[in-house]
Amino acid sequence: MKMTITEKILAAHAKVEKVVPGQLINAQVDVVLGNDVTAPVAIREFNGLGAKKVFDREKVVLVPDHFTPNKDIKSAEQVKVIKEFAKEHSITNYFEVGRMGIEHCLLPEAGLVLPGDVVIGADSHTCTYGALGAFATGVGSTDMAAGMATGEAWFKVPPTIKFVFRGTDFNPWVSGKDLILYAIGQIGVDGALYHAMEFTGEGINALSMDSRFSMCNMAIEAGGKNGIIAPDDKTLAYVKERAKREFKIYQSDPDAEYARVIEYNVSDIGPQVAFPHLPENTRNVSDAGDIRINQVVIGSCTNGRMEDLRIAASILEGKKVHPDVRCIVIPGTQKIYLQAVKEGLVEIFINANAAVSTPTCGPCLGGHMGILAKGERALSTTNRNFVGRMGHPESEVYLSNPAVAAASAVLGHIGHPQEVEK
Amino acid sequence: MIIKGRTWKFGVNVDTDAIIPARYLNTSLPEELAKHCMEDADPAFPQKVAEGDIIVAGKNFGCGSSREHAPIAIKAAGVSCVIAPTFARIFYRNSINIGLPIMECPEAAAGIKEGDIVEVDTDTGLIKNITTGVEFQAAPFPEFMQEIISAGGLMAYVKERTKNQ
Repeated sequence: MKMTITEKILAAHAKVEKVVPGQLINAQVDVVLGNDVTAPVAIREFNGLGAKKVFDREKVVLVPDHFTPNKDIKSAEQVKVIKEFAKEHSITNYFEVGRMGIEHCLLPEAGLVLPGDVVIGADSHTCTYGALGAFATGVGSTDMAAGMATGEAWFKVPPTIKFVFRGTDFNPWVSGKDLILYAIGQIGVDGALYHAMEFTGEGINALSMDSRFSMCNMAIEAGGKNGIIAPDDKTLAYVKERAKREFKIYQSDPDAEYARVIEYNVSDIGPQVAFPHLPENTRNVSDAGDIRINQVVIGSCTNGRMEDLRIAASILEGKKVHPDVRCIVIPGTQKIYLQAVKEGLVEIFINANAAVSTPTCGPCLGGHMGILAKGERALSTTNRNFVGRMGHPESEVYLSNPAVAAASAVLGHIGHPQEVEK
Repeated sequence: MIIKGRTWKFGVNVDTDAIIPARYLNTSLPEELAKHCMEDADPAFPQKVAEGDIIVAGKNFGCGSSREHAPIAIKAAGVSCVIAPTFARIFYRNSINIGLPIMECPEAAAGIKEGDIVEVDTDTGLIKNITTGVEFQAAPFPEFMQEIISAGGLMAYVKERTKNQ
């Protein structure tokens, strides 16, 4: 046999015994996902194809989350296209404002993605679901359209890079976000181009599910086709209460072949900050220097989950956001939002002078709900810091974990959470 | 297919936000997207690009988002081909799917200067710099992708396949 977890899942969905890197396969997909930016294009293609119905009305998932609640007339028109398509095809998993969430927080939470699945999503951060031990990858709208029509997608089987995170002696305030930022800093934004990124080691076993989602979420920022973590007890506990269908657990064979094996010691990794304008420009936060900021965003498909909000609240409790800073907190889903209300986190945020928003991708992609003016700087828990990502082409975005973001909101400059604890 | 055009050069890691900033993604109309093509990398690009021009860029072109609006904007702006040492994988896939010719060729990306006139044979992968007379060879597409390309993109390919089923 000798296959990696990625190869095993792809082989099973292509209905073949074995696959090898480089092989072209046609695989059945368990979920086809689209959002308000990508689905309208896919729907246009789908209709152009003359397709009469979607392959499975329960396996097509539509989540308007980028410009919602609709920020302008054009966005509203886009969402209307999706809503009408969902109605026409009786798609059960269409998520309207008030019932929705940021897609990559929502799908695992709702049990729509399970271990062993093959998922294609017309959003690059679809790779998030690898944290469940699924093969999930971002595609474009045309692939989404073909997937909705046929329930299949073609893939070139990727070679796998195995990342081994040794040890469990994490430095204070380090989370999954720091491990992935560190890895991207080491290998670069194309360091895993066309490859599967398999995260293993005691360091990964020690991570919460929320931290694992953050890690797999950013596989694309290293050019990866997918990020993946083999299921363990934590994974099973997470999916047990959510799964409404059968699923299968896969593990890499001990003698599986890897394109590369890269080892890191978690004790070498401190809280990271990625400087403009690439996620690979990482430094330890203690080496950031004096970077004054105008805005902090805590949220997104990378860091908008319960663990993230709890950490941010633990730092902001009893403190005030710096007078020069706008701090925007965005829970990833309605469920997370409600839980944050129940736990008193929202009260902590509001008392700290932070703004709390309904779930949306909004500021992460410079869509709405926190756009930067010329010359402004943001520290954000999101995933990309490209030129103009959060607004004006001459604004800047720095990336970090929620603890560093919350601490920096208080400090008014990029700083280590320990500076606030003092 | 033979393509011939004037070249525009860009650096490494040109991301999809530079190709088409997200602030314009509240529409998917190709002609609207073309008006902002490459705007955050070169604000004057939408005005100066002409029909048939070729983009030559550094490694990892099209990294970032899965937005198909990126190759759509480039194609709708009149660009006939993109040459780079490597492309980000979703951008690569999207370009093939919508019928924007892209060529992976590190030597050509390094050996072509802005303004050079270049001829590309998408069938053989031969890239000729007409201005300097130097020729480059890109790896041809795998057979499976050639089938998609010759069908005219993924939709036409799927249409053919579903017709035979």
